[in-house]
Amino acid sequence: MSKAKQILLNPIFNDNPIALQVLGVCSALAVTTNLYVTLIMCLALTLVCGFSNLFVSIIRNHIPSNIRIIVQITIIASLVVIVDELLKAYDYESSKTMTVFVALIVTNCIVMGRAEAFAMQNTPFLSFLDGIGNGLGYSLILIFVAAFRELLGAGTLLNYEILPLIQNNGWYTGNNFFLLPPSSFIIIALLIWGLRSWKKDQVEEAQFKVAENSLELEESKM
Amino acid sequence: MKSNNSILKTILVSLVLCLVCSSVISFTAISLREKQEANVLLDKQETILAAAGLLKEQESVDQIFSSISEKIVNLDTGKYDHTIDLSSYNQKDYSNNELTSKTLVPKEDIAVIKRRENFAKVYLYYKDEVLEAIILPVRGLGLWGTLYGYMALESDLQTVIGLEFYKHKETPGLGAEVNNPKWKALWKGKKIYDANDEVILSVIKGQVKRNSPSSLYEVDGLSGATITSKGVTNLLHFWLGKMGYGPYLKKLKESNLGNSNV
Repeated sequence: MSKAKQILLNPIFNDNPIALQVLGVCSALAVTTNLYVTLIMCLALTLVCGFSNLFVSIIRNHIPSNIRIIVQITIIASLVVIVDELLKAYDYESSKTMTVFVALIVTNCIVMGRAEAFAMQNTPFLSFLDGIGNGLGYSLILIFVAAFRELLGAGTLLNYEILPLIQNNGWYTGNNFFLLPPSSFIIIALLIWGLRSWKKDQVEEAQFKVAENSLELEESKM
Repeated sequence: MKSNNSILKTILVSLVLCLVCSSVISFTAISLREKQEANVLLDKQETILAAAGLLKEQESVDQIFSSISEKIVNLDTGKYDHTIDLSSYNQKDYSNNELTSKTLVPKEDIAVIKRRENFAKVYLYYKDEVLEAIILPVRGLGLWGTLYGYMALESDLQTVIGLEFYKHKETPGLGAEVNNPKWKALWKGKKIYDANDEVILSVIKGQVKRNSPSSLYEVDGLSGATITSKGVTNLLHFWLGKMGYGPYLKKLKESNLGNSNV
């Protein structure tokens, strides 16, 4: 695989920002109740991540290292404001619910993390690909979580009715748990489990071993 | 790269960066402003028309909205105010300004809005010169934040046509069901005032019993969203009561249904 292709595709399964690095989970909780909203969020994050990497990389040789984090945040925040403004102009309906979350992309660990860890050391083109790749990796997980939550919670996908709800004279009782943020913790955890069973090298080494139950120990001594 | 860390370079880089970023943002904001403002206005008009059940698929929102007349009402006296410019009126500015609003004491403030503007913009829909619907802006606290919406009344000023919220922060699937078409449809035909002109229309807990005498004044509660349901009741009681549009609606009733100027 060429280096560029590897940089673009690696974050999707092999080095997924959410599943392996467990970064950026915060927004995965908030915006995944509805698949459409999630798609907008993924698009926004992927673009911001790609372009922030690009711009940080372009000026990387001029950034004084003592203010580099502030420089990165300034670039990211500007991009986020632009995305938010675009959303308000072209998709007002979803901007009404999204504005808060789009603004929070500024603090998304993935964007900051890639700017600091990758773009500061690499050329603009590769940095851009890395940003897009990580955005796609993030999107993959979010889309999966959102599809799950919207279908089981509200019986719809992209607002089209799949499982007719009892409220609308159907047969399906919406599972309200899936509409609340904690459910995405569980879905993400299951996803990580699945991914690590498939790609065994992603399993982390245990940091410590749980000691044997001391009571049992004493009993066995007796 | 030691030279990058000199004070001069640090200041220079931050200065240039700030300048570039702020000009890019200003440019984007200014070039998109017109479109954004049009979106906000369109959304507001759509909500107003939806509350009054006037939205039609064949006609554009602009077209239908042109048949609606806007008026400014003095909420204390209940009379129309002709001194305020209709297009420049902004509810937020009026309720934030101490000169044009009233600070509510907790006992009055059942909708938890803290300040009530003294002037409000209302929307009247005339069909062949006869008042068909009157649409009033309402707002009040739900569970997570203030719900903003419009309530449309029939010309008897007693029967509800519809209630529509355009801005809220309620939980999706629970409180956000205020926007469920099924629930919104329950409002049509409900009555607001009892024989003593007190607001008794309420969102109740559970389902309305079809045959009970009070069913005309009750709407099914939103399951799992007791606080939102209560918030909706409270905001209606506030805005349709004496502190809200009560005086205006009373004047309107006395003056032959708003066909003459109040």
